[in-house]
Amino acid sequence: MEYYKDNQIPDQNGRYGDYGGQFVPETLMAALSELTQAFEAIVNDRNFSEQLNSLLKDYVGRPSPMYYARNLSQALGGEIYIKREDLNHTGAHKINNAVGQVLLAKKLGKNRIIAETGAGQHGVATATVCAQMGLECVVYMGEEDIKRQAPNVYRMRELGTKIVSVTSGTRTLKDAINEAIRDWVTNVQNTHYLIGSAVGPHPYPKIVREFQAVIGKESREQILEKLGKLPDYVVACVGGGSNAIGIFSGFLSDLTVQLIGVEAAGEGLNQKHAATMARGKPGVLHGSMSYLLQDEFGQVLEAHSISAGLDYPGVGPEHSYLKDTERAKYVSATDEEALSGFKLLSKLEGIIPALEPAHAIGYMQSWVRKLPKNSVIILLLSGRGDKDLETVSNILNEKI
Amino acid sequence: MRNFLLYHNNIAKSIHNSNKKGRTALIPFITIGFPTIDSTVPIVKKLEENGADVIELGIPFSDPLAEGLTIQRSSQIALENGVNLNKCLEIVKKIRSEGVKTPLVCMGYYNPILAKGINKFCEEAADAGIDGLIVADLPSSEAKLLVTATKKHEISLIPLLALTSNEDSIKLACKFASGFVYCISVLGVTGARKKVNSKVKELVKKVKVYTDIPVAIGFGISKKEHIIEIGKYADAAVFGAALIEFILSNKKNLPEKNAEIFIRNLSKKNDQIGKNYENSWR
Repeated sequence: MEYYKDNQIPDQNGRYGDYGGQFVPETLMAALSELTQAFEAIVNDRNFSEQLNSLLKDYVGRPSPMYYARNLSQALGGEIYIKREDLNHTGAHKINNAVGQVLLAKKLGKNRIIAETGAGQHGVATATVCAQMGLECVVYMGEEDIKRQAPNVYRMRELGTKIVSVTSGTRTLKDAINEAIRDWVTNVQNTHYLIGSAVGPHPYPKIVREFQAVIGKESREQILEKLGKLPDYVVACVGGGSNAIGIFSGFLSDLTVQLIGVEAAGEGLNQKHAATMARGKPGVLHGSMSYLLQDEFGQVLEAHSISAGLDYPGVGPEHSYLKDTERAKYVSATDEEALSGFKLLSKLEGIIPALEPAHAIGYMQSWVRKLPKNSVIILLLSGRGDKDLETVSNILNEKI
Repeated sequence: MRNFLLYHNNIAKSIHNSNKKGRTALIPFITIGFPTIDSTVPIVKKLEENGADVIELGIPFSDPLAEGLTIQRSSQIALENGVNLNKCLEIVKKIRSEGVKTPLVCMGYYNPILAKGINKFCEEAADAGIDGLIVADLPSSEAKLLVTATKKHEISLIPLLALTSNEDSIKLACKFASGFVYCISVLGVTGARKKVNSKVKELVKKVKVYTDIPVAIGFGISKKEHIIEIGKYADAAVFGAALIEFILSNKKNLPEKNAEIFIRNLSKKNDQIGKNYENSWR
């Protein structure tokens, strides 16, 4: 694991071992190399980090708290700390990356921003930052997701963003990304594609990790300050994997800290699911090589999850690498377990989680019991659950 | 054994022969298994009989991110018809067994090829009678493994170059290119356009600095006027979406009849510009 300390991952070709790379139409290659150069330049630019940090502090509301969940700890066992990304402006971790990339786009002189969104959290974050900075914003969203995440659609519209309903393929996140890439190929000269997850061609997985790394950096400092020691476990949900890679990145070199990513097992791993790393095989989708849900002929399979944000047949390339090198462990939780986690955190701690991190809570319900008594666990609560109330109440047949 | 020297490459030779007659070589594209599994063989035969110099066969993929609506739709229909990579190769074999001699080039996406195994795919494709390969989401910088495998199995790997391609990409692509170099005439996805973007002329000029193999122009090509325009500076024209739209919109004709009408129309008067092949074939 010396690799991480040297910051050699990804390499200059955007490779995480065999994963990553740049598998996109040739038209985009120049834009990717322009983006890589601009990104490498701002990473060490003091002006840029001052601007970014000031927005993160005063606009996003960082640092987000690290909360000791006493009731949850008593119920499940262990010492559970919750990293509260749900308290950020717009209600999820997605805004960390949106702020960073919009600033980057401004450096590139691009005045039009496009984004894809699944649960709508990334779309809302992007729409929000574009409103604040006065940039044109277009968000691609699957028709299916528009239905199940209606509150976020209203929010984006209020923020002045144009929403394009994607009706091709499975009408979810995967197809929204296809459509956004098609837009980018067409408008590459004035448009920045603001990818919201740690997926896509190099340098996107690296950019998204860098802008989400603030979660891991803060978490490490906060837990050391509270306990004077590192946690035993860090747990986060994984769809594309941006929140997970953000918090993992703070602990990669701390080999005593076990990193656990929770994928969506949907109706079960032998039914419809979105557990890419549990059930997929390496392949190429959306510009990078990574684990992928696909049939024997290499056609991409439809993913299924109760949560729109995890409903994706791919995963960020760095997660594939962390899985193969066994630096992180990937498990899964079903729709049912996620619903149970959703209810548990709401009742015990007065925090309504988004359905995405509810998968992590669902997994913890059975898992934490098996751990030594005073194990310290950081649970990353990537977003709040207001957007999911309708979905949850429909399923549980409780009319609002 | 096919020889890979320039003048012995089937694809390049076919384009060259067309140019010698003062014509712009025609490269129609059709998705395999569209509109039905049984349509492909008769469509290809009609295209051959009516002026196609090379035929591009689309391997359908679930996520064709370089395609506009028309080819997305044809891929979707083909997938619903049960087409997969093995089926595609079977259909290619059938095309050859029915006597089609025109060079065949497959165009597809990387993942189905990876799923089969790069080497295995190239071996089976060569065996089925495929002459060339285009991979829409594999830029030259990622093509190393496929370059090796296609060389080994004597398939031409045809690179795509774009209006945004820089000098380094052009150089790299021309280094391994075989058959022809495919220049994308638009910023955007496939699909018929009203006019040919004049900027592509500059791209062709740059490409011709680095290679002597033919240069084709594609994306957006839909009319006879486009073919004539392209013939002034390039060697071949690729057209797909317009052909597929024509097949979709004239349902009272058999698909192969539509293919025939469409390519005949493009082929007519194609030699009027009196193409000077020496100029494009140094």
